[in-house]
Amino acid sequence: MVKEIERELPVVHMCTIVPISQTVGANRIIPTIAIPHPLGDPSKTPEEEKALRRKLVERALKALQTEITEQTVFTE
Amino acid sequence: MAFRVVHYINQFYAGIGGEEKADYMPEIREGVVGPGMAFKGAFKGGAEIVATVICGDSYFASNMDEATAKILDMIREYKPDAFIAGPAFNAGRYGTACGAMCAAVSKEFNIPVISGMYPENPGVEMYKKYAWIIETPDSAAGMRKAVPAMAKLALKLLKGEAIGKPSDEGYIERGIRKNMFYEKLAAERCVDMFVAKLKGEAFETEYKMPVFDRVDPQPAVKDMKHAVIALVTSGGICPKGNPDHIEASSASKFGEYDITGVNDLTSETHCTAHGGYDATYADQNADRVLPVDVMRDLEREGVIGKLHNKFYATVGNGTSVANAKKFGAEIVKRLVADGVTAVILTST
Repeated sequence: MVKEIERELPVVHMCTIVPISQTVGANRIIPTIAIPHPLGDPSKTPEEEKALRRKLVERALKALQTEITEQTVFTE
Repeated sequence: MAFRVVHYINQFYAGIGGEEKADYMPEIREGVVGPGMAFKGAFKGGAEIVATVICGDSYFASNMDEATAKILDMIREYKPDAFIAGPAFNAGRYGTACGAMCAAVSKEFNIPVISGMYPENPGVEMYKKYAWIIETPDSAAGMRKAVPAMAKLALKLLKGEAIGKPSDEGYIERGIRKNMFYEKLAAERCVDMFVAKLKGEAFETEYKMPVFDRVDPQPAVKDMKHAVIALVTSGGICPKGNPDHIEASSASKFGEYDITGVNDLTSETHCTAHGGYDATYADQNADRVLPVDVMRDLEREGVIGKLHNKFYATVGNGTSVANAKKFGAEIVKRLVADGVTAVILTST
């Protein structure tokens, strides 16, 4: 799906198993927390959890605003 | 004396549990567990499973380096002559784990490593160079076919017998070229193939060209403050009750859902249709998979122009590549028509 979307629009893939994303061919990749809750962490308070989610989404927006020429994993 | 084999399986095949136990830490048990029984039968005394490694699929996928190191240590004392992983059929995390362990064991102990997977399992593309992967059907219903083929290849490798072509032995091509002697000259063989092709007849190439299916990155978003961002997920998020009946695995469709005026996904409004991960956390709060709450905040603060008022979701669980491709192409067509600037796609 990521690749078909990338044919038309910039797309950032947020996922936990980065090697699969790389194999499939996503170009902008954000590693996430865990498979059943990529953008959350149930062990944290709701406020902390939302802050964590926001951090990851902001990273995704940054990735979308970054020119790249090859597959890039954004870890900060 | 029989050859010593160590077998790798996941928490499901060990009978420990399903997705709720996918975080199971690696352990090793003496002898056979689960599908090991079938291998035992297929080896007919020629080889013996001396130990079985069990590891949860999510644990492995989320801690690949640590899990690999831990498992290598566990295996060492059993002094295996060969390593068998799976078969994993079309289970993505399991296939990835099987492939990664095969690659690590081969490197560390220099012994034959054998797995079994459906060709679309992501583990194939990642690890086919490093392991003998027998081609299997896409579900565990194919166990009866997979095990004898894996066991046969394992015994051949253990005995040091010559291994034939992928199509003869049933393994997935590893990209290894071998020199062969033929009666006919290359030019003659080439013309034969060409003639067969013109006639529309079957022919087998002697050297397959690699397929590089890559898409160039799109240029960066220049003006985020005025951009329309859409959310898409393969994590199965949908309105509560799954109105479109998206399948829990092998999805045949995707859903388009309106989120006009929705500021937060809650256990009252949304859930996941996905059957390939523990749904507890997504059902409690679907923002953990599809971050609508945070996107609304960013929209209100002017960081982004707008959150697109529709999101798209399917279930990425054993979904065929052909379907995923079709969904992606259709989704992006609609997004472009709606004036979307860029996409955040989340996966579980």
